[in-house]
Amino acid sequence: MSTAVTPAKDEVLLSARDLTKRFGGLAAVNGVNLDLRRDRILAVIGPNGAGKSTLTNLLSGDILPSAGTVMMCGLDTTRYSPEAKSQRGLGRSYQKTNIFSSFTVWDNVRLAAQSRRRYAPWNPVQWFICADEQLSINASCERAIELSGLTARTNTVAATISHGEQRQLEIAMTLATEPQVLLLDEPLAGMGQAEAESMVELLLKLKKGHAICLVEHDMDAVFTLADSLTVMVNGQVIASGTPSEIRADTAVQAAYLGEEH
Amino acid sequence: MSAHSQVPLERLPRAVRIALLLGGLALAMFPLVPMDGRDFYLQMLTQMMILAIFAMSLDLLQGVTGLVSLGHAAFFGLAGYSLAFLMPTDMPISLWWSLPLTALGAALAALIIGVFVVRTHGIYFIMVTMAFAQMIYFLFFDNKSLGGSDGVYVSFKPQASIAGWDGIDLNNKVTFFYFTLILLAATYLFLRRLLFSPFGRALAGIRTNEHRMRAIGYGTYGYKLTAFTLAGGLAGVAGYLWAAQTGYVNPDLMGFHMSAHAIMMVILGGMGNIAGAIVGAFAFEYTLHLFKDTTKHWQLLMGCFIVLMVVFAPKGIMGLLVRQEEASK
Amino acid sequence: MDATNFFIQLLNGLQYGLLLFMLTAGLTLIFGIMGVINLAHGSFYMIGAYLAWSLSALFGNLFVAIVVGALLSVVFGWALEWILFRHFYHRDHIDQVLLTFGLIYIFEELRSLLWGDNVHAVQMPKVLDWSIQLTDNLAYPVYRLFMSCICLLLAVGLYLLISKTRLGMKIRAGAFNHDMTEALGINIRLIHGIVFALGVGLASVAGMIAAPISSVYPSMGSSVLIMCFVVVVIGGIGSVRGALVASLLVGLVDTFGKVLLPQVAGMLVYMVMAIVLLYKPEGLFKQ
Repeated sequence: MSTAVTPAKDEVLLSARDLTKRFGGLAAVNGVNLDLRRDRILAVIGPNGAGKSTLTNLLSGDILPSAGTVMMCGLDTTRYSPEAKSQRGLGRSYQKTNIFSSFTVWDNVRLAAQSRRRYAPWNPVQWFICADEQLSINASCERAIELSGLTARTNTVAATISHGEQRQLEIAMTLATEPQVLLLDEPLAGMGQAEAESMVELLLKLKKGHAICLVEHDMDAVFTLADSLTVMVNGQVIASGTPSEIRADTAVQAAYLGEEH
Repeated sequence: MSAHSQVPLERLPRAVRIALLLGGLALAMFPLVPMDGRDFYLQMLTQMMILAIFAMSLDLLQGVTGLVSLGHAAFFGLAGYSLAFLMPTDMPISLWWSLPLTALGAALAALIIGVFVVRTHGIYFIMVTMAFAQMIYFLFFDNKSLGGSDGVYVSFKPQASIAGWDGIDLNNKVTFFYFTLILLAATYLFLRRLLFSPFGRALAGIRTNEHRMRAIGYGTYGYKLTAFTLAGGLAGVAGYLWAAQTGYVNPDLMGFHMSAHAIMMVILGGMGNIAGAIVGAFAFEYTLHLFKDTTKHWQLLMGCFIVLMVVFAPKGIMGLLVRQEEASK
Repeated sequence: MDATNFFIQLLNGLQYGLLLFMLTAGLTLIFGIMGVINLAHGSFYMIGAYLAWSLSALFGNLFVAIVVGALLSVVFGWALEWILFRHFYHRDHIDQVLLTFGLIYIFEELRSLLWGDNVHAVQMPKVLDWSIQLTDNLAYPVYRLFMSCICLLLAVGLYLLISKTRLGMKIRAGAFNHDMTEALGINIRLIHGIVFALGVGLASVAGMIAAPISSVYPSMGSSVLIMCFVVVVIGGIGSVRGALVASLLVGLVDTFGKVLLPQVAGMLVYMVMAIVLLYKPEGLFKQ
C-alpha cells in the first residue's frame, strides 16, 4: 500500500517546549509544552488565572520567557520581538479589542496587508507612491474583509461598528498579514448567540492552511472547533488530548467543578 | 476620549482646499501690489513662511506620528548656525550646495539624537527631547568659540548663481520672498504626498495604536526614527532660510521657547494635515505681533490666549473650520 | 584636588542634590499619580524665591517668611489643582504641555506685575551667617549646611508620610494603579489635591531657602526646570526613591564636573542621562 504524500497535512508549524514565565517568585506559566499543527485547532482552556493570557503573550512575543523555547517553522523564535514573529508568519488577535478605532474598516485591514510589503521605512520609494493605488495590497485587503464577513462595513469608521463586528475586524486584520500560525485570544468574548455562531463558522473556514491556537471560555464553541485540547491550571498543563479524552479526564473535571460557563 | 485621538482631519474638505489655494495666490501676488512700507511687510511675510516650513516639519513628527517633541528647535538652530559658520567673511557661498548640505547636517543630528530619544515613550519622550535640546543650547551659550550668548552674524546672503548666470539675487527682498514661497509650496506638496504614501499611513497607524502596529509586523522604531530624522532635516531647511534672511543666529533659536512656539503653531492651526501648520504659523505670529504691539505685558495676553485655546479649541483653526462647514451642510 | 577641597565640593554637591530632590519629589509624584506633565513647575520655585524676598522684608525674619510662604504656596497649589489641573488629567500630553507653557507666560507676567523685573538679594538670617573653619584658608558656610538639613528633614518627613501613614499608603496605591484605587472607594480627588499642593509647596520652599544663596531673578524658574526633568527621567517617573538617587547623582556630577571639567560641565549631566537611557529607557527605578 503506497502512502499518499499529503504535503505537510499534520506538520507542526509552532512548538513550545518547557515554556516558563516567572514574575518574582510566582510562575505564571510553568513548563508548558504544546504543538500547533497545520489544518488543526488546538484549544487552550482553563479557569481564570490559569496563565492562558500569559501563555499567549509568550507565544506572540509581547513578553519574554524566563525559560523554554518556541520554534516556528524550524526557526528558534523564542526571543523574537512581536514584529519579527509576525513577519515569520505568526498572527495574533486580542481578547480586548485592539484596532485602530479612528480608521475605517478598510484602512485598518489595509495597514495589516501593507505590512507584508517589505520596504524599509527610509526607502524613499515608500514616501512617494500613493497607498490607495497599491493593487496587490488592495486585493489582499478585500479578500480578508470578505472572508471575515465585513464587506458591508468597509468604509465605516471602526469605532462606530458593533462589538461583534469589531471582533470580526480583529480577525480580518490578523488574516491580512497572511499568517501560517494563528493565536486567537477569546475571539468570542462579549458576543451574543448569533454573533458567536457566525464567528465559529468563520473559524472553521480558517482551519484550512493554518495552525490555530484558540484560547476560549465558551465551551460550546471549544468542543465544536477543537481538534485537540490543552487544559491549564495554575500555570501548568494538567491534561492534553482529544475532546473526548479531556471530557473523561478526572483531573479536568475536578478543576472545573463549580465553574460556570 | 481626548480631542486628538478622535477621527483626525486628513482629507481636506473642498472649501478648505479652495481657501488654501486662494491664500497661496494672494501670497504670490503680494509683492506686485504697490504699497507703503512694502519692504517691511515682505520681510514679515517671509519670516512667517519660514516659520510655516518649520511648523510643517513638526507636524510630520507630532501631528502625523504622534511624537511630541519639545526639542525640535535644536535642528532649526543647528542649521542656522551651520550657515553662519560655513559663510566665509570675504564672499558669499553658493546656495545650491550649502542649503542641501545644511539640511543633511540637520538630518544627521536628528538621526544621532533620535537613536537615543526614539526608544522612549510618552512623557519620557517629551522630557528627553527637551533635555537634549537644552544640552545643545548650553553648548552654544557657554562657548565663546561658538559665539556664546551673543550669537553669530551671517556675513552675506548666499549667492544663487547658476553656471555664471546671476539672475537670482537673494539680497533682493522680492526674490528672497519668492524663493521662500517656492520652498514652502514644495515642502507642503512633499509632505501631503508623504501623508498618503505607505510610509505616511504607517506613521498614522503608529500614532493611533503602536502596539498593534508591532503585532501586525511593523518595525515601529525604524519608522519613528525615520520620521524624526526627516522632520529634523526639514526643520534644517527652515533654519537655513531664517539665518539667511535675518543675517544673525543666537542660541535662542534652538531653545525650548522656540520649540514650544512651534508646538503652539501646529496646535493652533490643527494637527495632522500639514495645511494646519501653515495656517497656525501665520496666525500665531500675527497674534504675537499684535500682542507685543498692544502692551508691555504681552506675555499675560499670550499666556491667557494659549490657555483659552487649549480649553476651548484643542483641534485648532482647522478643527473650527471643519465644524463650521459640517454645520452649514 | 586635595582632601579639604574634595570635602567641600562633596558637601556642595550633596546640598545641590538635596535641593533638587525637594523640587523633583513632588514633580515625580504628580507625573506618576496624575499622569500630568507640568512645565510650569520651575515657576513655583521662582515664586517661592520672590515670596521669600518680600515676606522676609515684611516680617524682618527669614524663618517666619519661610513658614508663611510655605502655607501660602500650599493653598495656591491646592487652588490651582482644583480650578485648572484636575480637568487635564485625561487630556493628551500635548495639551498639558501647551497649557503649562501658557501658565509659564502668565506666572512670569504676574511676577513682573507684583514684584518687578529686578534681581534682588535676600538677607541671610544673622544666626546662620557664619562659616565653619576647615583649614587655614578654607571655610564652609553654615547656611548651606542649614539648607541641606532642611531638605533632609523634609525628605525624611516625606518618607515617613509615604511609607508609614494611611495617607501615604493611598498615595502609593494611586501611583501603582490609579483606576483600581478609585474603584476601591478611596477619595482619589482628595489625594490628587494633596499631592499637587505638596509638590507646589516643596518647590516653593526650595526656592525660599535657596534665595539667600542664589539671589532672586526672573529666569530662575526655567534654569531649574530642565534639571528637574533630567532628574525625573534618570530616576524614573513616580518613584520618590528614584528622585532621591537621581538628584544626588545629578548634584554630585554637576558640582564635580564644573570643578574638574569646566568645558563640558554643562553637558555632563545630559551625557549621564543619555547613558542611563541606553540601558533603562524608563529610568533607574521605574514603578
